[in-house]
Amino acid sequence: MGYVAVQGGIKAIENAEELAKYLRLKGKSVPVEVQQIIDQMSFLVDRVMGEGGLYSPFHAALAIKQAEGDPLEAAFYVRAYRSTLRRVVDSIPIDTKYMRLSRRISSAFKNIPGGQVLGATPDYRQRILDFSLTEETSESTDTFVYEYEARQEAEQKELNSESFCKVVDMLRDQGLVSRAEQTEETPRKDITKDSIDYPLHRSGRLQMLSRGETGGLLALAYSSMRGFGSIHPTIAELRIGWVKVKIPHPYRKNESITIGSIQISEVEILASAHKKKDEDKPTFSLGYGSCFGHNEVKAISIATLDRTMKVEGGAAPSENQEFVLYHTDGIESSGFCSHFKLPHYITFQSTLDRLRAKQKTMEKPGMAAVGEVLHA
Amino acid sequence: MLKNLLPEKIDHRYNFAFIDEGAKREIRRSLLKAVAIPGHQVPFASRELPIARGWGTGGLQITMSVIGPADVLKVIDQGCDGSVNAVNLRKFLVKTTGVKTTFDSSAASIIQSRHRIPEVNLREDQICVLQVPLPEPLRMVEPREVETRRMHAEQNYSRMWVYIYEDIVQNGLISLAAGYPVRVNRHYIMNPSPIPKWDIGKLNNSENLTLLGAGREKRVYAVPPYTEVEPMEFDDYPFTKEDFSGLCCSRCGSTDVFLDEIYNESSGEKYYVCSDSGFCDQTIKQKEGQDE
Repeated sequence: MGYVAVQGGIKAIENAEELAKYLRLKGKSVPVEVQQIIDQMSFLVDRVMGEGGLYSPFHAALAIKQAEGDPLEAAFYVRAYRSTLRRVVDSIPIDTKYMRLSRRISSAFKNIPGGQVLGATPDYRQRILDFSLTEETSESTDTFVYEYEARQEAEQKELNSESFCKVVDMLRDQGLVSRAEQTEETPRKDITKDSIDYPLHRSGRLQMLSRGETGGLLALAYSSMRGFGSIHPTIAELRIGWVKVKIPHPYRKNESITIGSIQISEVEILASAHKKKDEDKPTFSLGYGSCFGHNEVKAISIATLDRTMKVEGGAAPSENQEFVLYHTDGIESSGFCSHFKLPHYITFQSTLDRLRAKQKTMEKPGMAAVGEVLHA
Repeated sequence: MLKNLLPEKIDHRYNFAFIDEGAKREIRRSLLKAVAIPGHQVPFASRELPIARGWGTGGLQITMSVIGPADVLKVIDQGCDGSVNAVNLRKFLVKTTGVKTTFDSSAASIIQSRHRIPEVNLREDQICVLQVPLPEPLRMVEPREVETRRMHAEQNYSRMWVYIYEDIVQNGLISLAAGYPVRVNRHYIMNPSPIPKWDIGKLNNSENLTLLGAGREKRVYAVPPYTEVEPMEFDDYPFTKEDFSGLCCSRCGSTDVFLDEIYNESSGEKYYVCSDSGFCDQTIKQKEGQDE
């Protein structure tokens, strides 16, 4: 009987959990260690940290293990964990000019001050399945690491000077990029602590985008690049690197303490030149994107969407703040999508009642005729 | 079944009712505003919970913000205490608060529900918390939040009236079903959450406070006690409830209740039972008492 079937939920939930655990382990392979995920699945860890809104490779990797590799689910665990943590202090805004770079490219200029740094990128790798990876052993990997490190030491390669000037700053100095970008009021509001309202200030927009779901952001950014909208970004600069997180000194004024470093991706794009009402010369417009970890597609997508949302009176989906920001949060969209699996007996019963009533009205000879006339 | 009623051990590693006190205060402030402006959607900074968005996180955050150790909690989904989602939410709340729970609507001080309001009339000392998926009643005519807020501010509901008018013209009746738009305190149009039309009347001038929460959409709103709640209707096309005339619950025999339509697994035969499982159990218990 249906009535009984919906009862006994407790046992059903427990059984479901146990079955899932069994399916994960029944292959009897070596259990995956959290440290292995941190080391060897860094792109996945970075993605989960970004979408989860918590910079902690350990918690992200644990979530990945627990979610059996589902990034949406893992990011959800991280977010839920995050809301149990007390916010101790606000960190000081980071000036990314002082990023310790591991990669830096510009597609606007061949030569940039400080030079282009290719870094570790799969961009020019041929996407051929490498079957030798199935034979990787700790001995072979140890040998590789040892030899690589010895060679690096011998060559004394150090990428970093303290700071590289930014490509956009160069253009700004030449009056090619508007300075007005900074005048937009950006209250320091934390979107996870304050309610948000539309139109949303830029700081809030960038916060939401940086926690956005990579695939969702990419789809919307791509829609503008491809033709629903018209932002064809030129990457002024893409940076991957480490930045120091500082907090105000608890009792010494004007002093700060470094509490650690985080890896971020940062992208600045240039889009079509335009002339603002209050300026006499046209300038490039700028889009900015940054997110936790190494996630270039996401950072470029954010920068593109930052720019598309500035289009005044734009008609394309990517130019509408609400469209972009409401629909790119993976935790929210996946949650709502999967809630349709919950029972909807009541709403369905109510809809059924209306459909039956509608069918009855159409059976009445007079009404059917009225219906036909109106539909014609 | 009795085992469900006993409080499980509290998990002391988390704050009472899970979310931190700062978040609770923020939500309570939003709730106070919501009570002061009946039917008005108040934005709040919705927290992520270990329950998925769309699965009752708005209702949960309200319950967590108002619940105290002395409260008696009832959680239902589709009217049923035993439904998997209700079980899950109850388990979570009990684990983090240790409060007593009940299946009896009149014994509860807080009732959190999805898609139903209990059949029995609630009292002044009770709070009904409804989970809301889509708080904006005007969304069906206007997708943009900025616009719908403006429409509410100006009480410009013409497009809703036209929508209902066109519905009648095209279908011969108002085809809006559960989540039927209502006017609160003769001012705001409100989505009462996807409760059936059957339950709309229970909101009107009810003794209890009703709090509504949409976690994903980050809105809370309220119907304070003794507030007028009227469904949108025309004089010549009045609002109608779901029609269960001539039907009764095959379990407790009640008529004049919202019924679930159920099909027998083997014979495919259609029969009906109360959607409000607590009410159904109480009715059976009372009848048994009379028999003795």
